[in-house]
Amino acid sequence: MNGKPSLGHRLSTVALWVLAAVFLLPVALVVMNSFKSRLYISGAPFALPDAGTFVGWENYRTGLTSAGFTAAFGRSLFITVGSVLLIVVGCSMTAWYIARAKSRWTNLLYYLFVFSMIVPFQMVMYTMTYVVGSLGLDTLPGIVFVYLGFGSGLSVFMLTGFVRGIPLEIEEAATMDGCNPLQCFFRIVMPVLRPTAVTVAILNAMWVWNDYLLPYLVLGTDQKTIPVAIQIAMQGAYGATDYGGLMAMLVLAIIPIILFYLVGQKYIIQGVIAGAVKG
Amino acid sequence: MDFRQLKRWFPVFVLPTLVAFCVAFVVPFGMGVWLSFHRFTTVTNARFVGLENYVRALTADTDFLRALGFTALFAAVSILLINVLAFTLALLLTRPRRGQNLLRSVFFMPNLIGGIVLGYVFSLLINGVLGLWGVDITYAAKYGFWGLVLLNVWQLAGYMMVIYIAGLQNIPGSLLEAAAIDGASAATTLWRVKLPLVMPAITICTFLTLTNAFKLFDQNLALTAGAPEGKTRMLALDIYQTFYGRAGWQGVGQAKAVLFFLLVAALAAIQLRLTRSREVDA
Repeated sequence: MNGKPSLGHRLSTVALWVLAAVFLLPVALVVMNSFKSRLYISGAPFALPDAGTFVGWENYRTGLTSAGFTAAFGRSLFITVGSVLLIVVGCSMTAWYIARAKSRWTNLLYYLFVFSMIVPFQMVMYTMTYVVGSLGLDTLPGIVFVYLGFGSGLSVFMLTGFVRGIPLEIEEAATMDGCNPLQCFFRIVMPVLRPTAVTVAILNAMWVWNDYLLPYLVLGTDQKTIPVAIQIAMQGAYGATDYGGLMAMLVLAIIPIILFYLVGQKYIIQGVIAGAVKG
Repeated sequence: MDFRQLKRWFPVFVLPTLVAFCVAFVVPFGMGVWLSFHRFTTVTNARFVGLENYVRALTADTDFLRALGFTALFAAVSILLINVLAFTLALLLTRPRRGQNLLRSVFFMPNLIGGIVLGYVFSLLINGVLGLWGVDITYAAKYGFWGLVLLNVWQLAGYMMVIYIAGLQNIPGSLLEAAAIDGASAATTLWRVKLPLVMPAITICTFLTLTNAFKLFDQNLALTAGAPEGKTRMLALDIYQTFYGRAGWQGVGQAKAVLFFLLVAALAAIQLRLTRSREVDA
């Protein structure tokens, strides 16, 4: 690789940039159409906005208000943050217990968590909706608890693997100094666990934020999250779909993800790799 | 530390997660298996019917088998296209070049966007293109099929690329130097050195694209919802519509769900066994 880059190298660079533009095209198309009048979207999505079709922020106003999108945004945020916090703390504690209080029972528990990872959601969706409904967990705090249950498979699996690699000496020393298990866990173990805890948090945040079917089945259409609100807005009586509002909603649903990615890019990529390798 | 005293702390450390796990998974899973042998419209009026639901799932109509065929074809095409594209991108983007990180980010980003949002983003694009010929994606099953493949490639290629990049970067430089000294061409190095050494990454990516294809639901619902005439319904969507779209078919839906679970589990097991055996240690 000294001197001038070869022709092949330069050609491949050009090809990569063209492909990158193609990758950005679908989202760019939605952004562009979000500024057009709703009458000119589904008929001519490739037409650039002009004096007759440009409507400024109007779609964002209607999309935010009429379809209850602001409330949906708040719900999605609450559920995602709540679930991720609960999953990280709850599953770390469970994983540490499984790794340290070794017995036949913790082994069984561990394999049960691992087993749940390969079971597709459709297997349990009907009965889960029934169980959750009859326990009165079909509320915002309730669904956070349900997410702890669904998220625990992968999370306990990843965290247990990590705890098993931590040497016992530090925890033993802490116990000598009079720490009870709870103090020992939060002061000694949790800080060591941080890299894996960040990975677990990222994987679960992406999943919960984008999840459609679970909140739709458990919370119904009265307490819409963002994906549910979009699906409902789209299904709305045929021909009457407000494409302008829908485009604005799609943009507003994508923006937080891009911000999240820009802030935590390094951790997200590491987390996704770790999740893929372990999952 | 005497970890036997830890047992007393079980209610603090494990119980909350375990209760949530039982509510969300263990109890519904058990009930699901049990209900698949019953006829019911709600959980409380179940009547034992033996294997009837399984027989109906496979023989009462061709929905389930058609969805299986569609899903299998979709999975095969997706696995091939995604992995070839992802590996090519990874090879190109492990060589130093300007804008390398930005390019990687652009390719990876679609993976973070959820299936429902992606489905509607693509329906705008695909229907816009098909609209030039006066049709839309629900016009014929082949449009829905290739639309879903396109969406899936777009969503997963960058994700798999990241895994292949990690695999390629793990190849010791000394091996590549040795190959160069021995006069191996670029193609030989690729086939004889790089490919065998990234076999673990290939295992992971094939496995991920396979199970992802079989479990695909949100994208299917948003992009085609099975249209036309249920011909683009994949397995997960077919199960969903059997449960919630046909009164009196809940038992059949649950039986399909059990079959679906067994299929996904079996594929995962076979896949891992097949590719694990071809891995090479560096």
